Amino acid sequence: MNPVVIRTVTRILVPFIQLFGFYIIVHGPVSPGGGFQGGVVVGASMILLALAYGAHEAESKVSHHVRIAMDSLGSLAYAGIGLLGIAAGGLFLQYNIIPLPLPPARVNGIMIFLIGVAIGVHIMALVLSLFLHTTEETEKDD
Amino acid sequence: MNISQHFPILVIITLFTGAYLAPLAGLWKRKLCYPLAVLSALLSFLFSVVILLSVLEHGIIRYHVGGWEPPWGIELLVDPLSAFMALIVSFIGLLAVVYSKDYIAGEIPDKKLPAYYSLLQLIIGGMLGALMTGDLFNLFVMTEIFSISAYALVSIAQKKGSLIASYNYLILASVGTTFILFSTGFIYMVTGSLNMVDISQRLSALESPWVMYNGLILLVIGFAIKSALFPLHTWLPDAHSIAPSPVSVLLSALVIKVGAYSIIRSVFTVFGPGLLEQSGVVTIPVTWMASLGILLGSIYAITQTDIKRMLAYSSVAHIGYILLGIGLASTASMTGGIFHILNHALGKACLFFCAGAVLHKTGIRNVEEYTGLAGKMPITMIAFTLAAISLVGIPPTSGFMSKFYLAIGAYQESWIFLAVILLGSLLSAVFYFRVINLIYFGEPEHKSGVREQGAEIGGVVHRQPTTDNRREAPLTMLIPIIILALGSTLFGILVHIPLSVVEPAVKLLLGM
Repeated sequence: MNPVVIRTVTRILVPFIQLFGFYIIVHGPVSPGGGFQGGVVVGASMILLALAYGAHEAESKVSHHVRIAMDSLGSLAYAGIGLLGIAAGGLFLQYNIIPLPLPPARVNGIMIFLIGVAIGVHIMALVLSLFLHTTEETEKDD
Repeated sequence: MNISQHFPILVIITLFTGAYLAPLAGLWKRKLCYPLAVLSALLSFLFSVVILLSVLEHGIIRYHVGGWEPPWGIELLVDPLSAFMALIVSFIGLLAVVYSKDYIAGEIPDKKLPAYYSLLQLIIGGMLGALMTGDLFNLFVMTEIFSISAYALVSIAQKKGSLIASYNYLILASVGTTFILFSTGFIYMVTGSLNMVDISQRLSALESPWVMYNGLILLVIGFAIKSALFPLHTWLPDAHSIAPSPVSVLLSALVIKVGAYSIIRSVFTVFGPGLLEQSGVVTIPVTWMASLGILLGSIYAITQTDIKRMLAYSSVAHIGYILLGIGLASTASMTGGIFHILNHALGKACLFFCAGAVLHKTGIRNVEEYTGLAGKMPITMIAFTLAAISLVGIPPTSGFMSKFYLAIGAYQESWIFLAVILLGSLLSAVFYFRVINLIYFGEPEHKSGVREQGAEIGGVVHRQPTTDNRREAPLTMLIPIIILALGSTLFGILVHIPLSVVEPAVKLLLGM
């Protein structure tokens, strides 16, 4: 059977789903949402791709190594932002005292945005990895 | 601002950062994972040392993460007990990471090394987080972090039975964490706070205590599963015996202790000794379950032929000693219980390291085959003997001192508990001395009769180089073993060093 309908719909939908995911991440500081939710949406778009075109297609788009790097870099970026607070002379994750030439509320916003991006990068790779690893195991058993 | 003020958060963040650096390093050069893991564990150990010294000198450290004040933000609260435990965890964690290098090479595929070192740092970091935190929900999160790393580490070697052991552990411990989460919910419902100190102040003003008792009971059951208190220990023997030896060390010497620590924290800090005296709702069952655990854990251990299973059952007995001391809640028994955390951690870690070294060099797991090993691996076997003697509780080792305090505390309460402690020690002597007897006086096998027996016993061995016919384990494995064996002996003589930390901790917990 040629799943032409599923594949066509997927091809049309995936960019919009991803755009929506990035929107949720970027709007984290000012509206409901944030890194985790947006990351899950972006990851889910890749899962849709894997369902329609097969796991190897998603794997070729975002390989295992890239996913590991995204996972680690996202978490390390979060820790790094936390450590910036200590470097600026405050407490861990106290980012409102980071010396930028902006009002404190704006600095907070920027830092929350960066944390959201870090979490988003981590989660989108993680969601896809969880899905691909589960399918990997079942394929081996068959 | 002084940098040492940040050590409570840095001790955790160092390990978590290391945990996420390991996969990145694995993408580039797999060999880098090990030195990075050692470095982060070492840094975290040094931070713990400074924290302990600073707590002893200046009193409790409170750190407000993100600059938010306590009832709203997450607070790290380091008192003498958590600093004492953190030092044990980071020290034995460091030794386990060091030990892993040669041991793990033959145990798991090379491809999994980054994942292994990442999980190893996550489990140590999670435990340190659980020890440092002053926030009930944060305690739950950290408990989940180290538990989930533990499930994965148990099955990482993919041996026969490791998946089922890991799955059993996963199911039971998840039930435990669910209880902890429910309890946190109950407590939040009646107090509207998650900060431990804040909760304890609000609880004492509470009119109806029933929701509170509910929360307390769920909390203690949850952590009792984590710490393998007797009837809830069924996941332990499989998980601890099948895991790779450095992981067995972490699980047996540290993870169950952190469960016991969480029981202390929730009973004495969140609820406070005052509230408990009215009820006895927790301390009496914990005491009796611990007593049963001491006896039955030792009896099960006698029946085992697999060395690691035997050690695992012995851990069930020893967590019984610790929780018996805590349940009796007198000054002497608490001192004994908390001191025993250190002694069991040193002793059991050493024994599991020795069993791992034997497994690595000879492939022997069966106790009966330990016959004549003193000739082949003299240093390992001397360390094994010292650690076993300490766990049985023979003077002048450190195990004797903690059991002595426990016995005083037990005698003040009832002679039954004293009898339990004595009988438990005799039972543990049965299975440890059986192994020691086989090691030194068993009939040597024909193929291994390279050296005469007896010549190796004593101080002679230290001058001998570790040549092939001696077949000692590599240095990365031998050095942790020697350090732990010396530690479990020396702390029996220099007993004032650990007691100088334990006594203020007990005073603070009992509100004296």
